Amino acid sequence: MIALSILNRLWLAAITLFGVGVVVFVLLRVVPGDPIAMMISPGSTPEQIARMRAHYGLDGGIGSQFWVWLKALLTGDFGTSISLRRNVLELLGERLPATLELATAALVFAALLGGSVAIAGTMVRRTLLEPLIDAVNGTVLAVPDFVWALALVLVLGVFFPVFPLSGRIDPSLQADFATSFYLIESLVRLRPAQFADVAAHMAMPVLALGLPLAAIIARVLKETLLEAMVQDYILLAKLKGMSTLRLVLQEALRNAVGPTIALTGVQFTFLIGGTVIIERIFAYPGIGNMAIDAVINRDLPLIQGLVLVFGSLFIIINVLVDMLVAALNPRLRHG
Amino acid sequence: MTRSLLSIAGLSAVSDRDRGAPILRKVALALERGEVRGLVGESGAGKSTIAKALLGILPRTVRVTGGTIRFEGRDLLTAPAAVLRQIIGSEISLIPQDPQTALNPGRRIEAQLTDGLRLRRGMSAREAHARALTLLEEVHIREPDRVLRAYPHELSGGMRQRVLIASAFALEPKLVIADEPTTALDATVQKQILRLIRGMQKAHGTGVVFVTHDLGVVAQICDSVTLLYAGQVIEEGRTADVLASPQHPYTKALIAAGPRYDRPDAGLKPVPQAVFDQLRAEIGIT
Amino acid sequence: MGRSFRAALCDPKVIFGCGFILVLIVLAIFAPWIAPQDPLEQNLMLGTLPPAGFVDAEPGYWFGTDDLGRDVLSRLIYGSRIALTVAFIAAGLAALVGTTLGLLAGWYRGWVETVITRLVDIWMAFPPVLLSTLLVAVFGSGLHSVIAAIAIIDWTRFCRVVRSETMAQASMDYVTAARTIGFSRFRILVSEILPNVAPVLVALVSLEMGIAVIVEAILSFVGLSVSSDTPTWGGMIAQGRQIIYQGWWVMVAPLVMLLLTVLAFNQLGDGLRRALDPMMRR
Repeated sequence: MIALSILNRLWLAAITLFGVGVVVFVLLRVVPGDPIAMMISPGSTPEQIARMRAHYGLDGGIGSQFWVWLKALLTGDFGTSISLRRNVLELLGERLPATLELATAALVFAALLGGSVAIAGTMVRRTLLEPLIDAVNGTVLAVPDFVWALALVLVLGVFFPVFPLSGRIDPSLQADFATSFYLIESLVRLRPAQFADVAAHMAMPVLALGLPLAAIIARVLKETLLEAMVQDYILLAKLKGMSTLRLVLQEALRNAVGPTIALTGVQFTFLIGGTVIIERIFAYPGIGNMAIDAVINRDLPLIQGLVLVFGSLFIIINVLVDMLVAALNPRLRHG
Repeated sequence: MTRSLLSIAGLSAVSDRDRGAPILRKVALALERGEVRGLVGESGAGKSTIAKALLGILPRTVRVTGGTIRFEGRDLLTAPAAVLRQIIGSEISLIPQDPQTALNPGRRIEAQLTDGLRLRRGMSAREAHARALTLLEEVHIREPDRVLRAYPHELSGGMRQRVLIASAFALEPKLVIADEPTTALDATVQKQILRLIRGMQKAHGTGVVFVTHDLGVVAQICDSVTLLYAGQVIEEGRTADVLASPQHPYTKALIAAGPRYDRPDAGLKPVPQAVFDQLRAEIGIT
Repeated sequence: MGRSFRAALCDPKVIFGCGFILVLIVLAIFAPWIAPQDPLEQNLMLGTLPPAGFVDAEPGYWFGTDDLGRDVLSRLIYGSRIALTVAFIAAGLAALVGTTLGLLAGWYRGWVETVITRLVDIWMAFPPVLLSTLLVAVFGSGLHSVIAAIAIIDWTRFCRVVRSETMAQASMDYVTAARTIGFSRFRILVSEILPNVAPVLVALVSLEMGIAVIVEAILSFVGLSVSSDTPTWGGMIAQGRQIIYQGWWVMVAPLVMLLLTVLAFNQLGDGLRRALDPMMRR
């Protein structure tokens, strides 16, 4: 029963991903400006140009190009980046972990901060503190991540330099990483200096990405918590002698979390989209940072690869969120 | 002379939301240990307000303007918060109206049943579990193990109400407020639940304030009855007496209005307007 | 409906939002008369001067100058032209496309709905910033590309909301009544359902305008919008970022302006939503 719905979702996901690929493919073939023309050195022979074109899969009509591309894709060949002259899959593999760490850290931060604010807001219901919390939350909510990033650059980078403004790690500490997951690896291998440095570099981008999400989580969770708190079972629990904090955490929270997670999942995909500009602002070496340059350079293979990666992330997150929501609801679990 | 378990005297309350409109007018009510008293009235008569006052959960918009609620001699209206916390939930408990919404859909029955035992009696998980099993058996639930492990949506309405009854009696309260506990149930299940409540009450010697709008229910399990209209006590006394020889026209009309199962063709007789006019004049409502 | 409009006009959020935007519109239209300096005039003698009130400030240059000696305030005022143009046109287009498709999907259901929702799903699988840079690259930089890109990306937002709103309305009694009287499906859609979807739509358009302003700012930040001569807030922010240690005001002024504008649109949308929302359902 559950397996069937998961399979159904995966199938839909595959179709969506295919659609994404097709759209990008068509879009890029419409691009004016020949990327090959930008790359050739003066004095190249027509044969050399033709060979280059074939190498990047840009010869033949659209139909055959699509077929070639699709075949290559299914065998794991994403082609070679025109601007960076390296295998696209390799490039993506190198930089994806950085973005994943960033996005996950931002999500955790947002969940913790947003959750705490929501719980606090519920507990000060009908006191003077509540409208204050709502107002602050509303303001944070209205500021886009782009603006947060720049404000943070200003305040925490220039006026009160607390955190480094760019990069992922101090070059002198870069030395011997086995994987590209710097944060996790330095934690697991117990290297405090490296961990602290990576974390410090991540601090501002995580704040920029996470604050708007935290505000959304806080607002939605508070609403659902308040809805739960007026239910009869809360009254009965109160009669059993529970403190307000316990009422919120033990009784109300589990029923309020479901709808919040659904919305958080959607917002999380937006967060990942936001890494494109945030990584740029902080010169953070993830896939987002690569994206803008790839577009400016008309680097077709790289752009295609990036879009597919982003698209897959979006879809995977949506599927995971759906499964999580179903798992958390006892009514759906027992079907 | 045994001191009454519960003694309400001159209780008056108004609605702040309704520009001071009276909700309760000098209500008086007495309950002995182990007595079941029905609290009867139509919607808006004030019976839920009395129940809420007993449980200390009056809404912010309702203001008590006079009177006392003496529980074992202590006035609940003026008792310090710490004392109230001690009494309400432990010595006074509630059987709620709607079993659908009164149980947390996200927690298993065992957790909800053992909460009070562990919080207020300091029982360990194992002790509470054993006690919960016993309680479920008392309310005639077969397979109590399975029920403990279940979530509320897996149980029928009647089963859920039994669980709630078990929960109400778990801490051996002296007084149980039953807030129309059979209204949300099927007719077939209602009788069983009523009998169950009566049985539990007798076994534990608990006093019950039974809020209802149905005189038939009162006839079934209440030792005594208080009739309310517009926040005023119209008539009260031992059930047998009141039903056999009602004094006030309102009471007479109410009894006459009940469906006659022995004469199904007799039709229903609503309370005549004249009775309402008389009531209004007596109470002083325009 | 009339009564709720009046209620809307009294809401403080609506007043603030509307007021600020009106000020912006005035600034944009009358920029040549309001701006103290020529926004394009470079004067290296007056490079990177602080705003009024600070040491070394130059009179007449209220918010200071950038590294090329251009007046920040004047550029800010002229920048509102781009921001507002994009906001109104892009949001309007996105609303038009999204609402049309949303109405169709929610009303006619069937395969129409399936195709449209599938389309929306695919669309929403793209990171918006990436897609917008892609589209601008495809269309070539320039204001028209930016507007087209925003409209093409954000129509899905309107489509989803309008679709669910349409479905909710479609199940209401007044629609069934209209059907029994014999109104054509199309007529019901336009004359009955659309007006009831309008309140939600109005609020959403306001929000969308805020988003459009941000997207344009990001695009000009990255250099993909209009040419760098034309003053845009995003472009100013990018330039300011370069010289942030020497002249922080060059980045702060457009950033604050951007923030206030987005806040204004958000507050307006929020206030409108609350005031125009039929209380029965929510």
